[in-house]
Amino acid sequence: MSSFNAPATGAQASGVRAEGLGKRFGELWALRDVDLDVPRGTVLGLLGHNGAGKTTAIRILTTLALPSAGRASVAGLDVVADAALVRERIGLAGQYATVDGLLSARTNLEMVGRLYHLPRAVARERASELLERLGLTEVAGGLVKTFSGGMRRRLDLAASLVGEPPVLFLDEPTTGLDPQGRNDLWALLRELVDGGTTLVLTTQYLEEADRLADAIVVLDRGRIVASGAPAELKARVGGDRIAVTLASAERLASAEEAMQSFADGPSLVEAEELRVTVPVRAGSRLVEIVRALDAAGVDAIDVHRREATLDDVFLTVTGAREQAAPEPAEALAR
Amino acid sequence: MSSATAAPTTSLATRLRWGLSDSLVLARRNLAHVRQIPEKLLDATVQPLMFVLLFAYVFGGAIHVAGGGYREYLLGGILVQTLTFGIIGPATSIATDLTEGIVDRFRSLPMSRSAFLLGHLISDLAAALLALAIMILSGLIVGWRIHSDFPHALAGFGLLTLFAFAMLWLGMLLGLIARTPDAVTGVAFIVIFPLTFIANTFVPVGGLPAGLREVAEYNPMSAAAAATRTLFGNPTALPAHPAWPLQHPVASALGWCALTLLVVVPLAVRRYRVRTSG
Repeated sequence: MSSFNAPATGAQASGVRAEGLGKRFGELWALRDVDLDVPRGTVLGLLGHNGAGKTTAIRILTTLALPSAGRASVAGLDVVADAALVRERIGLAGQYATVDGLLSARTNLEMVGRLYHLPRAVARERASELLERLGLTEVAGGLVKTFSGGMRRRLDLAASLVGEPPVLFLDEPTTGLDPQGRNDLWALLRELVDGGTTLVLTTQYLEEADRLADAIVVLDRGRIVASGAPAELKARVGGDRIAVTLASAERLASAEEAMQSFADGPSLVEAEELRVTVPVRAGSRLVEIVRALDAAGVDAIDVHRREATLDDVFLTVTGAREQAAPEPAEALAR
Repeated sequence: MSSATAAPTTSLATRLRWGLSDSLVLARRNLAHVRQIPEKLLDATVQPLMFVLLFAYVFGGAIHVAGGGYREYLLGGILVQTLTFGIIGPATSIATDLTEGIVDRFRSLPMSRSAFLLGHLISDLAAALLALAIMILSGLIVGWRIHSDFPHALAGFGLLTLFAFAMLWLGMLLGLIARTPDAVTGVAFIVIFPLTFIANTFVPVGGLPAGLREVAEYNPMSAAAAATRTLFGNPTALPAHPAWPLQHPVASALGWCALTLLVVVPLAVRRYRVRTSG
């Protein structure tokens, strides 16, 4: 990962590091040859579909799983040899909310505080503070199993913050949150990172990685397929996409040709869906594209502009459109 | 932010203290679950009471025991059976925890690794002792008495606690092996019912048909029930020439408990390690 910010020097500077990290389940490598370097106080976004190895990476870095190859350190401590010390310095909010449904929100946080070996009074105070911060004060006494998915995610995040960890791992933190909840969470994470927290988060959304991360690593089938600062990655992937859906297959070629003058990269023709998608140069106007299509005699039933997605990253990086189907790797990792 | 360079060398005493503190935090968590699902306490409260009443009044009249009343005989058996049902508690709660994400949460915290199992052990032992107390009380109400001297009675309670302890470890192992909490209940009932009924728990073995009688005589449950009766000075209703374990019920019962713990504890600890790493 030479493209990452400034190279870290010594344990002090390093938030999270990995060298040649790999995890094998039987014959299958869920993670392979992964190098990471996350300087302290920065955010790494691990981007990939289900089964890409994101959760496996998080589980190794948080001492929940042992690597089959390579090594990793968190806050300068080896995740295998110094696992117990690593646990004192990390917070984890997993993909599946790891809170106790049969306790109240407050009791959950107090319990986690006690397990961080905080004195009872401090644990109690910390619980109140986090409930307040994550907007859960009103439901603090309520049984967690009655909570909505979003509320559970927030409580899970609160639990990960109880120990005031210098390094925080969040596995798909915004899954199941509504747009408002997502924005609130992003703001909170910004605040934590500004306060010096190192953050590693996984996501399936390029937009989210772009919003939060200082560096992005794209994983596909356990391997790193691209990495860099969001701006670099976006520069490679290109900006917005225009997708045109036709009434019939005959004019697919003419549609692709008509859009060529606006294109900023290779176009994607999906014959079965009767759709042509083209990354367009910044400043391209939709109305001009529609006119060009019309002039070429293309009978378009839908024309729309959208932001680049993870799939577009893969298309650019690997040249082949990836399927979003979960692979057995991640299922095994559970 | 601490520099986190020098690993603080925690002394054994500190580690033990935190281990105990963590285990108690988790035991309290398990007990707090009871407040949410009070039904969880039924098998430690109402069920033993129900068994005492059912057998004392429904079957009691039809079963005759030499050397004393049936109720005097019954209680040793019921105590052993109820404590054996104690397998189900830790088995289901551990299996439930393992199927949910909560164990990942615990494992990502700087808590003692053994606290998860010890926490379950403490809370379930508390439940078992509550069940024991309720059975003793209901026994006293239906006319059962302790006829032995104080040291023997104390030994009786000690043996029952040891027996409960062994059953809880067995339950924990079952919970660590089971794939789902539902599987636990099914397996537990299939094993516990024959085990506790083909024994001298409710009827003297002398009346059993050949074949079944031998099984009952060597059944560890019979040794445990006979040992309890012996230590409390209740009728044992042994046949004329019982098998060795029933001639020496206290030694056999202690032996069975020790053997169970020797086998089950290492297996459970290993299974726990396997289930929580990977």
